[in-house]
Amino acid sequence: MYTDPRVVRLVNESFVPVRAHVKENAAAFKQLGERYGAQWTPTTLIVDANGQERHRIEGFLPADDFLPQLQLGAAHAAFANADYQIAARSFDQILKEHPTNDAAAEAQYWAGVSRYKATGDPSALKETARLFNERFQNTAWAKKASVWR
Amino acid sequence: MAVKANEITWGHDLDAALADAKKENKAVLLDFSAAPM
Repeated sequence: MYTDPRVVRLVNESFVPVRAHVKENAAAFKQLGERYGAQWTPTTLIVDANGQERHRIEGFLPADDFLPQLQLGAAHAAFANADYQIAARSFDQILKEHPTNDAAAEAQYWAGVSRYKATGDPSALKETARLFNERFQNTAWAKKASVWR
Repeated sequence: MAVKANEITWGHDLDAALADAKKENKAVLLDFSAAPM
């Protein structure tokens, strides 16, 4: 997953990378694994600067799927930091760059929430619910957004 | 340490990474791995 140049670039630009290897760093693997409840490899966590987990990816993903998951993680970290406009732009970027990926429906949901949190304008949620009538209709995210209609 | 564009330089100290993340306004990517190194 970490050999794809797009993944390398995103990691270097957006994250501080830390690796706990089951053999090479066994003590850290055990300690951090217990702290975060990571019991399988690969497990990738996006953790904010306060040490709070904001996104979890369990199991291998091809780069085309791993990339938008990392972007989701960065966007969720921005959201948790109350950087709502940055989060909205980041979620929108996932939708633009990976419109058919599994991550897109989640991005559409949280883009709407981020816009609402940034502006306080409930029309952002209504518009998001409308968008779910056009795409990603059969997803759990569409069901979650349906209450905003 | 200079970051090479074509590779990831992994740290192994989460507390140090969290301090860097705060300074750089970034999140930490924590990879639990069993991949060959």
